[in-house]
Amino acid sequence: MIHNASDSRLWIGQDAPQARSLTRSIRASLWNPINGFLEWFGELGIFIWRVLRATVRRPFEGRELIRQLDEVGSKSLPMVALAGAAIGAVLALESRHSLIRFGAKAMLPVAIVFSIIHETGPVVTGLVVSGRVGAGIGAELGSMRVTEQIDAMESSGVNPYKLLAFTRILACVLMLPLLTLAADFSGLVAGWIANTLAEPISFHKFLHAGFAGASFSDFLAPTFRTAVFGLIIGVIACFQGMRSQGGTEGVGRSATSSVVLSSLFVMLADVILTKLILVFFP
Amino acid sequence: MTPSYQTVTLQVPESGDHRAVKNAERNGAAPAVVLRGLHKSFDNQVVLNGIDLQVGGGKTLAVLGRSGTGKSVLLKLIVGLHKPDSGSIFIHGQEITNSNLEAVNEIRKTMGFLFQHAALYDSLTVEENVEFPLRRHTKMTTSERANRVKDLLAGVGMESELNKMPGDLSGGMQKRVALARALAIEPGILLLDEPTAGLDPITSREIDELILKLQEERDVASIVVTHDLHSAKTIADRIVLLHEGNAVIEGTFEELERSDDEFVAEFFKRDS
Repeated sequence: MIHNASDSRLWIGQDAPQARSLTRSIRASLWNPINGFLEWFGELGIFIWRVLRATVRRPFEGRELIRQLDEVGSKSLPMVALAGAAIGAVLALESRHSLIRFGAKAMLPVAIVFSIIHETGPVVTGLVVSGRVGAGIGAELGSMRVTEQIDAMESSGVNPYKLLAFTRILACVLMLPLLTLAADFSGLVAGWIANTLAEPISFHKFLHAGFAGASFSDFLAPTFRTAVFGLIIGVIACFQGMRSQGGTEGVGRSATSSVVLSSLFVMLADVILTKLILVFFP
Repeated sequence: MTPSYQTVTLQVPESGDHRAVKNAERNGAAPAVVLRGLHKSFDNQVVLNGIDLQVGGGKTLAVLGRSGTGKSVLLKLIVGLHKPDSGSIFIHGQEITNSNLEAVNEIRKTMGFLFQHAALYDSLTVEENVEFPLRRHTKMTTSERANRVKDLLAGVGMESELNKMPGDLSGGMQKRVALARALAIEPGILLLDEPTAGLDPITSREIDELILKLQEERDVASIVVTHDLHSAKTIADRIVLLHEGNAVIEGTFEELERSDDEFVAEFFKRDS
C-alpha cells in the first residue's frame, strides 16, 4: 500500500505526543536511578557529617560503647571463628590436591598461611560481620526509627547520632581487626588439622613452614584493613537503619539493604585496599 | 445569638519582632510557647498553613481536629523534630527555628514529650526508661535517681512494673510509663500527644488529674493533642480546633460548644 505525503504528515503529527511521552518515560527511567543514587550519597554525606560533629562533643558514651563492643565483638566471635575454620579446612584439602599434582606439596603450609592471612581471613570476617552485625544494626535502628524511639531520644535533648550511630561505628572499627585475628587463627588450626589427617605434621612445624619468609607487614596491613571494613559496615548499617521508614516493611528493607550494601562496599574496598597494600608494602 | 468564640490571635509582638519577645522575657512575661505564622508541608501536601498560637505557664491548651490535620506535626515542630517551612517558634522567648542543635537540645531539656504510641526504648526496662533523662541531664546519685523513678512510676500507678520490658506491657501501661518519663526532669513545658488514647476511664481520669496538678503546683505549660473531648473539657484552659491546616477556632470548651460554625458544631455534636 502506498501512502501519499499528506498521509505521512498526518501520521507523524498524530504520533508526536506519543513519541514525546515515550522520550519522557525513557528519560525518567534513566534519570530516576541516577537521581536516587546521587540522593543516597548526598544523604550519606550529611549523615557522616552529623556523626563526626557529634563525636567531638561530650559525653563520650562509654557505657554504650562497651555494650556495642560486646554486641559486635563477643557475639560475632563464634560465627567468625567457625567461618574461618571452614575456609581453612577447605583451603587445605583443595590446595593439597593441586600442589601434589604440581609436585609442590612442601609449599602447602605457606599456601594456607598466606591465603588465610592475606585474603580469606579478612574478607570472610568482613562478610560474616556485615551479615550478622549489619542486619542487626539496620533492623534495630530501623525499628527504633519507625516506632519513634529515635524521635523520643532527640526530643529529650540526646543526640542519637552520637549515642546510637557513633558507638556502633566505633565498635565495628575496633572489633573487626580482632575478629580477623580469631578467623585467621581458627583457619590456621583447621588447615593444620585437615593437613595432618592426611599427613601428620606437628602444629609447630606447620606454622614454622607456613610463616617462613613472611614479614610483619604481611600480617599487619591485611589485618588492619578490616578496620576500614568495620567503618563501612558501621556507617552503612547505621545510615540505612536511621533513614528507615514505612513500618515493619521498612525495617525489613533497612536490614536487607544494610547487608547488601555493606557487603558490596566491603568487597569493593577489598580490591582497592589490596592494591594499595601491594603498592605501599610490596 | 452571635457566637462567642474568638479566632486565634496573639497577644505577643508581630512576626519577626524578636526584640519584643525578649523584652517580654526580661519582664518575666514571655509565654512558654509562641507559634507565629507556622507553615509546614510534606511532599506538596500542606499540613499547617499559618498557625499562630501561644501558651503561658500554668496553662493547658488542647489541640483538637480530625485525624491527619497536623496535630502531632505541630508538637514535633515545637520540640524541633521537624523544621517549619516558614514561621517562628519561641520557647520561653527564645526563637528555636534558626538555633543550632546545641541550643535546641538545651531547650529540649525543659520540655517533656509524650508520644502518641509511647515510644519507650524497647531495649531498656521500665525503670531504665524513666531513668534515661535523669541519667543524661541531672547529676543525681544512683539512689536519688532510683527514688525519683519510683516516685514517678507511683504517680502513674506503675511502681510494681519496674523490671518489666516495654514489650511485656499493654498499650495503656506503656503510655503511663512514657508519661512518667516525660515528667522525669520536671519540664516547664509538657507536650502530650493523645495521652488518654487507649486508656481505661479510671486511668484517663487519673492522667487528667495529674496534668491539672502539674498545672497548678508547678506552673507547667501543656499542649495536649487529643480526640477525647471529655478530657479536653477537664484539663484545658483553651481549646484550638485545626482544620485543613488552619486553626479555625480557639476558645474555652463552653465557647466552642456554643459555636454555630458548621464544622465546629459537627465536631462537638458526637459527644453532646
